[in-house]
Amino acid sequence: MTTKIGLVGLGKMGLSHLALFNAHPEVEVVGICDSAGFMLSVLEKYTGLTTYADMAVMLEEADLDAVVISTPSALHARMVRAALEKGVHVFCEKPFCLDPAESEELAALARSKGLVTQVGYHNRYVGAFQEVKRLIDAGALGRVTHILAEAYGPVVLREQGVTWRSQKGLGGGSLYDYAAHPLNLVNWFAGESRHAGGSVLNPIFSSETDDEVYSTFSFDDGVTAQLSVNWSDESQRKMTTKITIWGTMGRIYADRQEVQVYLRQDAPLVPGYQPGWNVKYTTELTEEVWFYLRGEEYSAQVDDFVTRIGKGALDGVNSFDSAAATDRSIAMLVNDATDGATSSSTTVTAAPPRNRYRRLVPALIRKVVRR
Amino acid sequence: MSVTTGPSTSLPPLLFGDNQFFGVNHMSEEKARAQAMRFQDISAVQAVLDAAYEEGVRTFMCTTHERIALVCDHVRANPDRYAEMTFYPCMPYAHKYANAMTEDGPLGALRRFLPDEGFLDAALRGGRSLARKDIAGITTLLIDSEMKMFAGLRTPVIFLQNVVVDLLLGLGFDEAFRIFADHVRRRYDAEPGFITMNTPKLLQVLDSLGIDNPIVCSNINKVGFRMSGGIEAYQRMLGERRFRAIAMSVFASGAIPPREAIEWVCEQPNIEAIVFGASSRTNIRATRELVEEYWPHRRQVDQVPVG
Repeated sequence: MTTKIGLVGLGKMGLSHLALFNAHPEVEVVGICDSAGFMLSVLEKYTGLTTYADMAVMLEEADLDAVVISTPSALHARMVRAALEKGVHVFCEKPFCLDPAESEELAALARSKGLVTQVGYHNRYVGAFQEVKRLIDAGALGRVTHILAEAYGPVVLREQGVTWRSQKGLGGGSLYDYAAHPLNLVNWFAGESRHAGGSVLNPIFSSETDDEVYSTFSFDDGVTAQLSVNWSDESQRKMTTKITIWGTMGRIYADRQEVQVYLRQDAPLVPGYQPGWNVKYTTELTEEVWFYLRGEEYSAQVDDFVTRIGKGALDGVNSFDSAAATDRSIAMLVNDATDGATSSSTTVTAAPPRNRYRRLVPALIRKVVRR
Repeated sequence: MSVTTGPSTSLPPLLFGDNQFFGVNHMSEEKARAQAMRFQDISAVQAVLDAAYEEGVRTFMCTTHERIALVCDHVRANPDRYAEMTFYPCMPYAHKYANAMTEDGPLGALRRFLPDEGFLDAALRGGRSLARKDIAGITTLLIDSEMKMFAGLRTPVIFLQNVVVDLLLGLGFDEAFRIFADHVRRRYDAEPGFITMNTPKLLQVLDSLGIDNPIVCSNINKVGFRMSGGIEAYQRMLGERRFRAIAMSVFASGAIPPREAIEWVCEQPNIEAIVFGASSRTNIRATRELVEEYWPHRRQVDQVPVG
C-alpha cells in the first residue's frame, strides 16, 4: 500500500524529512508546501514534486493520507488542527504545541477521528536510548532515584540577527529547540513530571531568547531529574544529548553512541548483562534502516509513522498524547523560571496565555518572512 | 551528455582518513573528545600524517575542515619532503552548514558561505525564482570556495560528502550530481567521487544520469554496519555493477577485530581501496601489513626509511 504524503515547511528538518519520506518505498510525496518561494521553485524545477504556497490549498487539492509539519513551532497547533479536521494523519516536528492545553485538545481530536499522530522526538528511536528504556522497564536499576538529562551544542556562539529560532514567541530558543529533547527522554523514563523548581532560562548571546536552560523536576515516587542545556557551547562538535540514571541497584549512562551500565551484585538479572560494568555500543544496538541520511533514528521514526498508518495503530512511541506530557513539562519550567516561584502541576497554565499568541504570532511571522 | 569517470586515476589500496583528527568516533563520545584534545595542536596531526607517509600511505582523504588548511600550508611549504603527497578533498564539512542552518535557516546558511553575497541576492531579485544557471552558479561557487585551501596541491579525486549526497539522493535532486561531476572534471581535472550510506540506490541514479563507472565510497564491513539496503545488496553490487568501490568503516568503529575485518573486505570483489583512520604509526603499519597480506598483488608505494 502506498501512503500519500504532503510536507509543510522546508527548513532544516523539513528538507531532511522530505528526503526520507521521498526515499521510502511505500510513500508517494504528493505535495510540498513552504512560504519561501525560493525553496519551492528550486525543488519544483529539480525534483518535479508538486508545490503549494498555501497549506490550505494543499489540503484541498492534493490527495493526502498524511501531512508532515516542520514549520516554526508557534504555527504547529493551527496547522495540525487544519490537517486533523481534514481527516489526515499527522507527523509534527517537536516541540508539539507551545500551549499544552492545545496539545491535549489536538490529541483528543485526533483520537476521536481515529487518526495516527506522531511528534519528531527522534531520540526515542536511538538504539542506545531504547536500550536504557528496556533496562528501566526491566527494573535493572531497582528503584530509580535520579536522572540527569543534558544537551549541549554549538548553535549560537555570538550575538547575531533574528530568525524564528531566536524568537521565543515563535517557539525558538534553546528551550524548545534543544531542551525539549532531553526532557522528552526524561518523560519516557520517569513519566509525567509533577513539579519544576530552580528553573533558569538565560540568554548568553541571544537578545530575545534563552541560550541555556536549567531546572529540577520531580516525579511520582520521589524520583527527581535535573535538566542542563546549553546551545552556546563551542566545545561540542554537534548537538550531544546525554542521560545518566541512578537507582538503588546501579547506574546507567547513555548517549547516542553507547550505553555504560554499572549493576550491583544483587541487581535483578537482565539477559546480556552482568554485575559490574557493561558497555554496549551503537554498532550492536542499532537496527539497519532502508535509507540512511543523518542517523538511523530519523529513518526509523519515518518508517514507524508510515507503518502505523498502514496498520491504523493509534498508539505509538511519540503520539500526540505522549508529546503533550513534554509540552506540560516545558510549560511548568517556563512558569517556574518567569514567576521566580515554584510551580506545580495543579497550577500549571500555558506559558504565555493563548490570546497573546494569537496576536503575537502573525506579527512575528510577517517580521521573519520579510527578512 | 554523459560523464565518464574512467580508470584514468588509479587509486592506491590504502587511503588515510581524518575522522580521528576531528573528534569523530562512531563508538564513543569520550574517545572522540580524547582524540579532539590530542589533536588540538596541528603538529600532532602532522606527525601522524608523516608516519602514514613514511609507511607509504600517501593519499589523505580529508574533509574541507578549516584546520586541514594548515596541513595544506605545511605540505605546500615543503614540496621536497612531500613529493608524493596527494589529497582527496571531501566537501563540505557538513556540521558547519547544519549548525548554520539551525541558526539562520537554509537561505541564511547559503548566504553565509557563499564567497560573494551579491550573486545570491542578484539571483533572488528577479521574481524570487532561481534559474538553472543560478543553481549551477551557486553550486560551483560553493565548490570553489571549499577547494581554495588545496590550491597548488595534487587533488585527483574530489568527493561530495555523504550528508549532501544522501540528502540530494532522497530529494531526487539528481541534477546536482551532474553539476558536481562536470565542474570537478572541468575546473580541477579531477575524478568526481561520491560518499554515501546508500550505495545500491545511488548507483541506480548515477547510472540513469550517464555517470559511468563512478568512484563511490561507502561503509563496507563484515557486520553490515550502516550499509543501507543491506549487506547482501552491497555484495551483489560489488559483484555485478560497474563502479569503483572504496570501503570505509571496515572495522565498524572497532566492532570487528582488525585481521577479521581486513580479511573479509579484501575477499569482496572489485574493491579498489580502503580508507582507514589511525592515530599511531604502529596502527598504520599494522593495517598496511594486513592489507598487503590479504591483497598480495597490490602494493602501496615503497616505504620511506624512518628518520
